Amino acid sequence: MANQVCFRNNHLENSWSLEAYQSSGGYEVLKKILSEKTPAEVLIEDIKLSNLRGRGGAGFPTGLKWSFMPRNAPGQKYIVCNSDEGEPGTCKDRDILRYNPHQLVEGMIIAGYCIGASAGYNYIRGEFWEPYSRFEGALEEARVAGLLGENILGSGFDFQLHAHLGAGAYVCGEETALLNSIEGKKGQPRFKPPFPAGFGLYGRSTTINNTESLASIPVILEKGGQWFLDQGVPNSGGEKLFSVSGHVNRPGNFEVPLGMPFSELLEMAGGVRDGHQLKAVIPGGSSTPVIPGEQMMEVNMDYDSIAAAGSMLGAGSVIVMDETTCMSRVLERLSYFYYEESCGQCTPCREGTGWLYRVLQRIEAGNGSAADLDLLDNVASNIEGNTICALGDAAAMPVRSFLKHYRDEFQYHIDHKQCMVKSDW
Amino acid sequence: MSAELISDTSRADIDRWVNKYPAEQKQSAVMAALRIVQDQNGGHLTQELMDAVAGYLQMPAINVYEVATFYSMYEHKPQGKHKLCVCTNISCMLRNSKQVVDHLEDKLGIGFGEITEDGLFSLKEVECLGACVNAPVMQVGEHYHEHLDPEKIDKLLDELRKEG
Repeated sequence: MANQVCFRNNHLENSWSLEAYQSSGGYEVLKKILSEKTPAEVLIEDIKLSNLRGRGGAGFPTGLKWSFMPRNAPGQKYIVCNSDEGEPGTCKDRDILRYNPHQLVEGMIIAGYCIGASAGYNYIRGEFWEPYSRFEGALEEARVAGLLGENILGSGFDFQLHAHLGAGAYVCGEETALLNSIEGKKGQPRFKPPFPAGFGLYGRSTTINNTESLASIPVILEKGGQWFLDQGVPNSGGEKLFSVSGHVNRPGNFEVPLGMPFSELLEMAGGVRDGHQLKAVIPGGSSTPVIPGEQMMEVNMDYDSIAAAGSMLGAGSVIVMDETTCMSRVLERLSYFYYEESCGQCTPCREGTGWLYRVLQRIEAGNGSAADLDLLDNVASNIEGNTICALGDAAAMPVRSFLKHYRDEFQYHIDHKQCMVKSDW
Repeated sequence: MSAELISDTSRADIDRWVNKYPAEQKQSAVMAALRIVQDQNGGHLTQELMDAVAGYLQMPAINVYEVATFYSMYEHKPQGKHKLCVCTNISCMLRNSKQVVDHLEDKLGIGFGEITEDGLFSLKEVECLGACVNAPVMQVGEHYHEHLDPEKIDKLLDELRKEG
């Protein structure tokens, strides 16, 4: 099976409209919850049973996260959606916003109900004007239909929901940087603790979930946590969106059961581009360690299998590279990204990402020296674990894994001042 | 007072954003306000405009400068009427974004960070735009242009020239 959760309406005409969404049962779960006044604890138990794990990359169980909220404590609480999709290789939330925005709206209203929040924000990256417009359109339709706002469907439950637009900063995908950004500040991550459940947006208790996680909620509650769990494999419940990009014949977003063999997913994407062989795969977005192709062909697409192979499922952003790929050139580009996007707050990341980039740049340019590979390892290890947020680790991990698997290619660059692979791009 | 620099249309747009946030949290609208006045000014910010935003949202000017210099979509130098933002990150790179960059530089006679003499185009290298399965990708204004090749680029440049 495929396309059963976030993409279940994508085949409908104008799938982003309220009419299309309701034609396939949209907002029925919300109506049922509000009319029956289902206790939040019951709903959260069902989400826990589903084993839905945060789809933004960290994989933290959503139900457990919700249970951390002091839902009955007085005062304003917030639900925040993270649509700041910017991890290289990741483009799934964009398609949820474009093709199924109402399911996200319904998921956020239900999340608000479960955690005791009467207001929510969806943080959408600034470049996503079209997805933002679709989401705003869905909000307006929902308000007019009485599904959003004060006293929803006469239930006495109030929920206000707004979109916030970013302005270009990868680090705002980190949840506390994102909160600072909504507050109108530089997007620099906060030290944790305190965690957002205790001190979040405007200092209030806040839960932050990824777009795909929240958009999965209405389907999980409609079909049951057990159903969702059964779609995947143990410890990896449900279907998940995978963005398959790079050297494949048909790049695309695919919603498939967790645990699907990588080889099958690759087949769905049309296989490695014609006339070429698989060399390497980054399985979960640019921050996750690279896996050599032959090893990847034996891996299943779930959290545990990919961890056992030495990497992470991340956001399900599968970047496929064929034999024409120069690993030195790719890593140089990735290291530039982290250097460019480091927020500058923590010294190891601010300085270390610059070091990584400059050393990789000189290796790629044919000016590397024999000591450079150890220097890269040294700089990476001095960043790891020494920063407030995960961006530092995200910059270090690709360096470690590229050197681990392809050290000979980097050595060749240093020794011969040129690349050992021939590329047509 | 510099707040007069903000047009009535821009003010109405900013007010719509202010209303999304709690009454005592007007500063939350600063990102939207900067985008709106940047558009009003033809694509870049000035010190006067940032000061005007500070006055309008009743926040310290330094906090506006911080935001305006932190995020990559704010510009502090004049841009072409059409700002072509080309992604060269990994997924686009693997799908030959180099060809996209080379072709644009060749056709326009400018490099990254430069403007054509007629002021019509500027070229900017950007990080991942989040449309990786449609690579190579470039953003122009509110629109993404995907699966780019030289032919598509020529067609797009012609269309943008006609727009003026």
